[in-house]
Amino acid sequence: MAEEGKGEVKLLGLNVSPFAIRARMALRLKGVSCEYLEQDLFHKGDLLLRSNPVNRKVPVLIHDGKPICESLVIVQYVDEVWAAAGDGEGTAILPADPYGRAIARFWAAYIDDKLFPALMGIMKATTEEARAEKAKETFAAVEQLEKAFAECSDGKSFFGGDSVGYVDLALGCLLPWFGAVREMFGLEIIDAANTPLLAAWAERFGETAAAKEVLPEPDKAVEYAKKLQAHWTAAAAAAAAK
Amino acid sequence: MAEGELKLLGTWASVWACRVRLALHLKGLSYEYVEEEIFSNKSELLLKSNPVHKKVPVLIHNGKPVCESRIIVEYIDEAFPAIGPSILPADPYDRAVARFWAAYIDDKLEAEWVRAYRGETEEEKREGRKQMFVAVENLEAAFKELSKGKPFFGGDTTGYLDVMLGGLLSWQLGSEALCGVELYDAARTPLLSAWAQRFGALDAAKAVLPDVGRVVEFAKMRRAQIAAAAEAAAAVATKN
Repeated sequence: MAEEGKGEVKLLGLNVSPFAIRARMALRLKGVSCEYLEQDLFHKGDLLLRSNPVNRKVPVLIHDGKPICESLVIVQYVDEVWAAAGDGEGTAILPADPYGRAIARFWAAYIDDKLFPALMGIMKATTEEARAEKAKETFAAVEQLEKAFAECSDGKSFFGGDSVGYVDLALGCLLPWFGAVREMFGLEIIDAANTPLLAAWAERFGETAAAKEVLPEPDKAVEYAKKLQAHWTAAAAAAAAK
Repeated sequence: MAEGELKLLGTWASVWACRVRLALHLKGLSYEYVEEEIFSNKSELLLKSNPVHKKVPVLIHNGKPVCESRIIVEYIDEAFPAIGPSILPADPYDRAVARFWAAYIDDKLEAEWVRAYRGETEEEKREGRKQMFVAVENLEAAFKELSKGKPFFGGDTTGYLDVMLGGLLSWQLGSEALCGVELYDAARTPLLSAWAQRFGALDAAKAVLPDVGRVVEFAKMRRAQIAAAAEAAAAVATKN
């Protein structure tokens, strides 16, 4: 399963970080054995700070001692280095044809630039009004992705076609957070009524071996969100006190 | 034509469109350039080709649209492997490093530059300037590491990061007029200052990059327009 002779692989991550989840799932899809190192982002360790001095964030992939940062950069790197590998669920994460790759990259960027900030905005909002605004933005983004799914999947199970691909990873990593938002605020980001294709896709995604292994339960995300909220509140108080 | 039909929707002042034009020029690809009127009148073709963002640049290759400048440049590199030099490096690790810094240029350097240029308050502009300097310092170190003493991020010849940063050059050279301070400075960022001069002297740069004076004039006008629109929106909001 794992490619022989491709060197030592370590991944610095956080169980609930969607970005780290992407990287872990990519490695799992390729059958790459890796040493996973869970990080404490409130007390950043030496290895993290040395490996990602510029952004100090997870995930960081360390391959033969060389660090690669930024989740989508890592996913593409894994796809390119372990090009011939796969665990039977499908090998290529990005399609081979340049146009297909451009479309996949477009939607992954959309998820990062539009969906993720809006979703986190729901968490961070300090007023009902602000939360409602972010929820509106989140729903609008998800609506676009519902259309994107119809186009990209071409009647198949995933954005990537028959198997999990780049956009599936880019979006699937947010499922625990959709669950968290449901638990915390009663908001259904995707559901069978408004986004039937994505709702069905989410179930299929969740059933994949890689997702079962890597995706945390939503209550883990809720737990972390509460930690983050306490942290944001404290930081705001400290800033106000200055 | 081996390349098929290439059409680029852009605007003369758009740094993102400049990136794409630089890449096309460096590859030696011919294309039809369409100057869009994005503030008054977005064309049918633009709205149809980029319905999600309705922005330039859009590269239309044999009728199929590709959006987002970094994505377009990678597309150009992958779709035309046999035409002109490669833009991204061949080695996967080098590619990952290049992609990392391209994201950094957009998410940190350019984002903070924009804050310094048209932050809503003096406080915001100050913060933008501060962060912009942090970003350019990091980029200076990156240049040192990646160029390994050679003229460009890409080594002896231009590569992905040269294109990514080069597209921003005219606006960046107007930093003093627009942000109150030079971005590249021979004392603080000697390598990038030298790179900026070298890049600006390339045929591709001369052909594609707009005149700095013209950009500054346009940017000042745009900033005033944006501020006026924000004021008007705020006035409406308080009335309601």
